[in-house]
Amino acid sequence: MRFLRESFIVFRRQLRMNLRNPAWVIIGMLQPVLYLVLFGPLLKGLVNELGYVNAYTFFVPGLLVQLGIFGAFFAGFSLIGEWREGVVEAERVTPASRTALLVGRLARDVLQLFVQALILVLLGWAMGMEAPLKGVVFGIALTLVVGGACAAASNALGLATKSEDVMAPVINMVMMPVLLLSGILLPMTVGPKWLLNTSDFMPFRHIVDAVRTSFLGDFDGSAIVWGSGWAVLLCALAVWWGTSTFRKESA
Amino acid sequence: MIEARGLVHVFHTKQGKEKTEVRAVDGVDLDVAEGEVVGFLGPNGAGKTTTLRMLTTLLTPNEGTAKVAGYDVVTQSEDVRRSIGYVSQTGGVFSGARAGDEVMDHGMLYGRTKAEVEKRGKELFEQLQLDGLWTRMPRNMSGGQKRRLDIVMGLIHEPTLVFLDEPTTGLDPQARANLWEHISDLRSKRGATVLLTTHYLDEADALADRIVVIDQGRIVANDTSANLKAQVSGDLVTLEVADATRIGAAADQLKSLAGEVEIAANTVSGRVARAGRAVPGLLRELDRTGIELESIEVVRPTLDDVFLTLTGRSLRDAEAASDAVDAAAVEEGAAR
Ligand SMILES: Nc1ncnc2c1ncn2[C@@H]1O[C@H](COP(=O)(O)OP(=O)(O)OP(=O)(O)O)[C@@H](O)[C@H]1O
Ligand SMILES: [Mg+2]
Repeated sequence: MRFLRESFIVFRRQLRMNLRNPAWVIIGMLQPVLYLVLFGPLLKGLVNELGYVNAYTFFVPGLLVQLGIFGAFFAGFSLIGEWREGVVEAERVTPASRTALLVGRLARDVLQLFVQALILVLLGWAMGMEAPLKGVVFGIALTLVVGGACAAASNALGLATKSEDVMAPVINMVMMPVLLLSGILLPMTVGPKWLLNTSDFMPFRHIVDAVRTSFLGDFDGSAIVWGSGWAVLLCALAVWWGTSTFRKESA
Repeated sequence: MIEARGLVHVFHTKQGKEKTEVRAVDGVDLDVAEGEVVGFLGPNGAGKTTTLRMLTTLLTPNEGTAKVAGYDVVTQSEDVRRSIGYVSQTGGVFSGARAGDEVMDHGMLYGRTKAEVEKRGKELFEQLQLDGLWTRMPRNMSGGQKRRLDIVMGLIHEPTLVFLDEPTTGLDPQARANLWEHISDLRSKRGATVLLTTHYLDEADALADRIVVIDQGRIVANDTSANLKAQVSGDLVTLEVADATRIGAAADQLKSLAGEVEIAANTVSGRVARAGRAVPGLLRELDRTGIELESIEVVRPTLDDVFLTLTGRSLRDAEAASDAVDAAAVEEGAAR
């Protein structure tokens, strides 16, 4: 109960600051729209070769996960700004749970992601995506878990490095292999065998696979299990890491 | 309320490949009783902030133990945090959020209800002369207003043990006097215990029951202001003679009381124990021998004199030295 209250206080404060800067919110909402409108049509011609019937049923799940990962990766930058102004230290001197200080911030990121996901899916349906409601709900839920994990990791990284200059290259270094090996833009199955095998080691590929199969309404295969497993594991690890950076002295 | 034994904190900093170790706090013992106001005094870089951050659980001591409000700072840190208020040296209000919102959120993280923190927050705004700034953003406030907002944040949950790290930096004389009064009230009206750091000797003198002097991470003195001053041998008496040729004779007269004197042009000064009693006799004697005085000055020892006696450096010199080190480090950094 206390934990929820504390998380909510932190969440409300973050949301208030976000809304004070509506430009970012609008850019965040516009992003999925642009992808869908400007990149989706390119896939239309290719989609049959990829083994899919409907371009949007293939593309929307990948885009969803991409939003979840990449948007959340940047969450840590605003935390550095707060740390510099002494806000983190002021919060750490209160008896509030260290996990609540993190979770309140994650809640803001997850809420933003949820709104983006809704826009994306609704627009996808409007453009001809064929996906059952049950699959879409599951896919969004999985995305939110991944987004939470990435936001937590980003916050932890921000508080550990305390410098945008150090953090930016690290994020870039992580983002490249994630983008290339997770099959977000094109399925890994169209590539050579060695690339496919390499991507087996990329947790995000399993998550993308899981969201894709759930959008096809197929809940029987092992993809869903692997994807959910990875998402939950990553989230737990990242929240633990994030909490420990809030607990540790920011010397 | 505070019981610290052998606190040590070592910072490790890396500059390129060179690793340096700073023993910021090097074996600090500190006791503060309930209801006491203790002044924590020392030059820049002495280790005041680092000590406070350990006592407020923000830093973990490398060595030593501390109990604050009856709880151990390491093993019972959450209980410690619940019992204290802390105003950090640099403050902690986000510059782009509204002042009142920040204050209320901070108070609510202590478990207070919205109504409670709103009432208390508005009271504090009024007492610290921040009327009308409730909805303003700190980035649009003056330095002194922001500083007072930091203090509101630290007091919003009505703590009975308060740590103030240089609370009056950047305040104008009137605001400073107002804050002094507020700090005195904390004790007299609420029975709060206060540990405050300062560079201002007059501030420690005016507010604190007891003064703890820290230098280079170690406590070098711990006593009441009066007792500390008594350690300096006597009041400083300075005579200025009208006729510079008679300075030798005047110096001899003063020497008989002070033992050691310093002569500069037409002034001579020396430390005289209980000058109030000795000076009338001195004046009679000067008068009898026909030495005319331009002026006479008697200065009671200040805490600055105390610091000089304790460390062999004046507070100002110590700060200048530390600034010089910082400047050298900056230059060195620029040269790289
Ligand atoms: N985060 C840090 N990393 C490395 N060294 C530090 C850090 N914080 C403080 N120090 C060093 O520890 C020493 C003590 O610093 P501290 O801030 O406790 O001094 P202070 O007494 O509060 O000084 P001031 O009057 O300037 O506030 C200084 O030499 C300082 O350079
Ligand atoms: Mg300090």
